[in-house]
Amino acid sequence: MLLTHEEEKGLTGENGDALAAAYRILVAIGEATNAEKLVPIKWAHISGVNYNTIGDSGLEFLKEISNDGKVKVTTSLNPMGFDRDSHPDLSVEFIEKQMEIAQAYDKLGVTPTFSCIPYEIMALPNEGTQVSLAESSAAVLANSHLNLITNKESALSALASAITGKSPYSELRIKENRNPQIKIVNELNLENELDYGLLGYFTGKTIQKSCTGICNVSSDISNTEAWNIKSLAAGIGTSGSCGMFQLQNLDTHIEKVNYGEREMRETLDELNTSDDGQVITFGSPQLGIEELCKLQSFLQGRKFTKPCKVFCPKMVYCKAKKAGLIETLQRAGVEFISDACTCLTPLITRKNYDSIITNSVKASYYMKTSNKISVALMSLKSIIKKFTTS
Amino acid sequence: MGKARGKILLLNKPLNFLGMVNTNTGEITNIDDGTRIYHLKNTILVFPNSIGSSVGAYTIFSLRSNNVNPRGMICTNKVDITTASGCAISNIPLAFINNENYKRFIENTRISFDSNEIEILLDTEREIISID
Repeated sequence: MLLTHEEEKGLTGENGDALAAAYRILVAIGEATNAEKLVPIKWAHISGVNYNTIGDSGLEFLKEISNDGKVKVTTSLNPMGFDRDSHPDLSVEFIEKQMEIAQAYDKLGVTPTFSCIPYEIMALPNEGTQVSLAESSAAVLANSHLNLITNKESALSALASAITGKSPYSELRIKENRNPQIKIVNELNLENELDYGLLGYFTGKTIQKSCTGICNVSSDISNTEAWNIKSLAAGIGTSGSCGMFQLQNLDTHIEKVNYGEREMRETLDELNTSDDGQVITFGSPQLGIEELCKLQSFLQGRKFTKPCKVFCPKMVYCKAKKAGLIETLQRAGVEFISDACTCLTPLITRKNYDSIITNSVKASYYMKTSNKISVALMSLKSIIKKFTTS
Repeated sequence: MGKARGKILLLNKPLNFLGMVNTNTGEITNIDDGTRIYHLKNTILVFPNSIGSSVGAYTIFSLRSNNVNPRGMICTNKVDITTASGCAISNIPLAFINNENYKRFIENTRISFDSNEIEILLDTEREIISID
């Protein structure tokens, strides 16, 4: 990979250890993905914030890199383990180490969004701009729906891009690679966010390519239903390495894989491991304003019969509070948790719960695999029908 | 870049490091039907690529910090960014073997998914993958 004189100086440590470490990561990725050069990026979104997932070694790495490192571009941050404004029932050690991680990112100059839906709370760059998004669902959504350009970055590659303002020019950053080589032909009538999530999970698992086509899905989902497009992107991001989808016509002459009743049933059987649960969780990815409105309108004044936790960004929570949404939903039994996400939060562990109820395939996957918790996976509408009372 | 020697661990399915790997023990769980547990420590991991969470890069780093990491990795489908960046900060040699060479390697060496006792050498600088 060809580096400019400035980049070479950064790599050799002339401009500090953090910049050198960041360039080392980017050069390793560039060589592995056959990049010929680095290109500037205008926005980075970093994952690897929750102490539950990065542990002590991650914390030490961040402390070290934040000693002399500073981000060069606007940089947002994924959720951490709990809500900053609450007093979580967690060990002192966890809380202290989580806050040390937050402090390291603060020192680096990262905006403390603690959100996996930065595209709903940040000012977006112009379409066609190169960015570097680590959160898998956000990367897929940005490429496929927002017309931004990113690879499916890792926590470390996005951090390195934030510090250098650069990213290797490879894979989805190259125009020719943004055309699908294979497509999923949907044969089903997709009715709700869970249907889209299941299709996404199947797609990611089946297509090990950078970009996939999806046929027979209404292009309206991009404009009318935030929950559907987010579920689709999160499903793809969870189960595969694919970083982009394109909604296509059936007549595109590329290899195809059918997605019908049997495929949907098998996907659901893999992720749905319980009929019932002790707590309902919404928000993986976190909910935005539109989804909170939808939750309220579906409830129609009914109350949850089980504890219900809703995960959303702090910014969304504040906006919803002003609009009176929070109070209404709290009356329905909803507990709000900002700054965190259903996935891998220490607030929902095997110690507290054997099973949960959710409409998120992403939450379902990580609850099952990482937290060893059974999941009743059903749509928002079904959850409200089964677990609310007037 | 680097050289590593270890017992081969051959996986035919992609790996979600965050969801499938225990960073304290180096065990891979939740793969296949979940009944079989694989150990990463001191192996040369041969697998298609990583999938899912971007935080998997930190998982690789944690494996290294806990001394339960594979000594080297070889991707058989593509080298993804999560694996590349995780290996980069963990100083784990990483290589790619294309489909044709992979098939030839499997045929010539008669490695199977059960033959984890076979030791191989990975030398990324000289682009060598060989059986001892």
